[in-house]
Amino acid sequence: MAVIELKNLTYTYGEGTPFCRTAVDNVSLSIEKGELIGVIGHTGSGKSTLIQTLNGLLRPTSGQVLLNGKDIWAEPKKIRQVRFQVGMVFQYPEYQLFEETVLKDIAFGPGNMGLTPEEAIERAKKAAAFVGLSEDFYEKSPFELSGGEKRRVAIAGVIAMDPDVLILDEPTAGLDPRGRDVLLSQIIGYHKVRGNTVLLVSHSMEDVARIADRILVMNSSHAAMFGPTREIFARGAELEQMGLRVPQITKILASLRERGWPVGTALTMEEAVRELLPLLEKGGVRA
Amino acid sequence: MIRDIALGQYIPGDSVIHRMDPRVKIVLIFLFIVFLFVAQNFVSLLLLVVSVAVTMLFSGISLRHYLRSVKAILFIVLFTSVLNLFYGGGETLLKIGFMEIKSGGVSNAIFIAVRIVSLILLSAVLTFTTSPTSLTDAIERLMKPLKVFHVKVHEIAMMMTIALRFVPTLLEETDKIMSAQKARGADMESGGLVQRAKALLPILIPLFVSSFRRAYDLAMAMECRCYHGGEGRTKLKVLRAGKRDAFAAVLVVLVCAGVVVSNIFLPGALS
Amino acid sequence: MSENGFISAKDVVFAYEPEEGQTPRNVLEGVSMEIRRGEFVALLGHNGSGKSTMAKMFNAMLLPTGGKVFVEGMDTVDDAIVFEIRRRVGLVLQNPDNQLVASVVEEDVAFGPENLGVPPEEIRRRVDEALRAVGMYDFRLNAPYKLSGGQKQRIAIAGIIAMEPDCIVLDEPTAMLDPQGRTEVLETIHRLNEEKGITIVLITHYMDEAVQAGRVIVMDGGHILMTGDPREVFSQVELLKQHQLDVPQATELTHRLRGMGFPMPCTLTAEECVEALAAYLPPVG
Repeated sequence: MAVIELKNLTYTYGEGTPFCRTAVDNVSLSIEKGELIGVIGHTGSGKSTLIQTLNGLLRPTSGQVLLNGKDIWAEPKKIRQVRFQVGMVFQYPEYQLFEETVLKDIAFGPGNMGLTPEEAIERAKKAAAFVGLSEDFYEKSPFELSGGEKRRVAIAGVIAMDPDVLILDEPTAGLDPRGRDVLLSQIIGYHKVRGNTVLLVSHSMEDVARIADRILVMNSSHAAMFGPTREIFARGAELEQMGLRVPQITKILASLRERGWPVGTALTMEEAVRELLPLLEKGGVRA
Repeated sequence: MIRDIALGQYIPGDSVIHRMDPRVKIVLIFLFIVFLFVAQNFVSLLLLVVSVAVTMLFSGISLRHYLRSVKAILFIVLFTSVLNLFYGGGETLLKIGFMEIKSGGVSNAIFIAVRIVSLILLSAVLTFTTSPTSLTDAIERLMKPLKVFHVKVHEIAMMMTIALRFVPTLLEETDKIMSAQKARGADMESGGLVQRAKALLPILIPLFVSSFRRAYDLAMAMECRCYHGGEGRTKLKVLRAGKRDAFAAVLVVLVCAGVVVSNIFLPGALS
Repeated sequence: MSENGFISAKDVVFAYEPEEGQTPRNVLEGVSMEIRRGEFVALLGHNGSGKSTMAKMFNAMLLPTGGKVFVEGMDTVDDAIVFEIRRRVGLVLQNPDNQLVASVVEEDVAFGPENLGVPPEEIRRRVDEALRAVGMYDFRLNAPYKLSGGQKQRIAIAGIIAMEPDCIVLDEPTAMLDPQGRTEVLETIHRLNEEKGITIVLITHYMDEAVQAGRVIVMDGGHILMTGDPREVFSQVELLKQHQLDVPQATELTHRLRGMGFPMPCTLTAEECVEALAAYLPPVG
């Protein structure tokens, strides 16, 4: 069953003014429960606006957002409930930390849900575990942590609300390779254990290729492509026209295919080796 | 577009008033405003209103912009004028219950309304035609004599420049933090006064922290670019008052003289 | 040593002022390196490797607690010549928003020369030239906050160029930018290096940026781990992986195949990798 369904979703900034600009134009699609979706598109393609309509931070100019089959704007007064079900981690989320201790900050969301303080703290502890924050961190001030640790606290703050859908906008932006790898594997781990739906907005095609089931490509306010990761990255030329690229490894194999060698689309190093090995062995050049 | 409000209100253009030396502009407009309050009768007031209208005309900025800035203070204008209606002597024009409106009150009300509106329009002429940086630059130079009294003129001007530069950035940041906290279920719309004040903390604290971080970064960037106070600093733009400015000054002085003369020879309208 | 290099660092040790009750920890533990005039050097490493601290040594924003740093033979601890050093070695920081001072682009670019007391006509010439050099001349009257991240970063670079430096050190200038902004900034600094002969020290953790440099220095834990041209450095895939540093996928692919016994060269880019593979694959057909 679809957890999120968009019907002719349109969002226009500054409607009725001479500066109005349609950021999302007539997008219809549906996302199944338990999927991990990669969202790609260059800056200004409409992807940031699109994800902000999913948890009701922006109200569509026209069209509908259905969450578990129900229009989220059916009762505008209850929009806060939608934000607990669709968790959103913004870019550079560490800038939203404000509490005295790590644990209190993570418990802010659950507290707003109306849970008792004890329940909220329980939730916070579970969420902290997902992002690899040990008990030693609980009573520390979030402001004395390193950049990567702050980021994980902020993500835990959203995970703690136990949303059905988790949206992450560029969660690895600005992290070094080590921090990026750790965070990505934590997100994958969380997704596997909880089995909920995750949307990952990213500029890193390598990351998206590695973890997404399906990919949504936004281009000039439209949903230009939406399909299984392998199929999307097989359309490298089209992506390049939209100012996007494919992972380097995918590009290497695509070039070989163009030149006539029978290799498939590879998303990871392992797949590339698997594709190339039989051919190389046939070439018989192994030393 | 909350950010546009903050960019000062500069509307780029090439009019005579745009091209005037900002120092001269500030001084003349200040003089103008003082004389709005010196004027004591309708003749001098009319003279000033006509002069304001001429200034607006020469600024080359559409009336729409001016109307918008007046609209913002319309309520204050109406409120003070209505209050003034009931003060002042002269013959009674209207009696509602125990309240009387006398002819003096009517003139008072008209005077106060015209003064406030003209004041707003004149400051609008200044801010519409002068970029924020030229403004701070002009203020720095006008205040230079105060250095004798150990006023840190350069530092004040630098603070103004930086404040102007960061207002839009911080507004954008406030927006982002608000969205992020709303996404965590922060409720900023309901509850009593205390609760609402408390609900601001999740926004104010991160904003504070980030302002400090920005200040630290900026200080470092400024040092990297050899900033060491106002000593020995030169400027990209050299302000030069020219014929245009002299001409404007003569006109303004003439108008002011007219106001003084009419004050002396004509009876006052205020009571 | 200090005669050869434009910048030379000798056994630099550095520790930040410790907080009360804590023992000072060295961020740099005896680092020596040399930057030659006109070079394009990438300084690579994780957060906390000491690479950003090293960058701030080059223009006397930080002073070594042990060892020496020389810029054109000038010792950076000499307080009297600190502006002389900062004029020659400009530093561009990570966050483009936090290093612009003025609300108009050209006035921001003028900030450096104004501080140096350059005459107004000369400032005008330098500002225009600097803005042209980064391809932002048409935006000279814009407000910085309306520009994209990549454009803002180019303005920050122009602000440094206007001081007519010999060297620009960039501390993770692309970390906060989108792919387009990254490309803009990289193209700009490569052009400055090639056309104006400005020495570039690029601090980054992006491997694809390091691949394009003339020389790569890898730092980890306050030490230099490796140094050499990109091919020498990236051919050591195992060592880089041990330190959890990235390797371009092309490099890794040829490395893996080499490990399986195929005589592949070390490749750095997708194109090189395709050519290398094409040479070993059986003929099409």
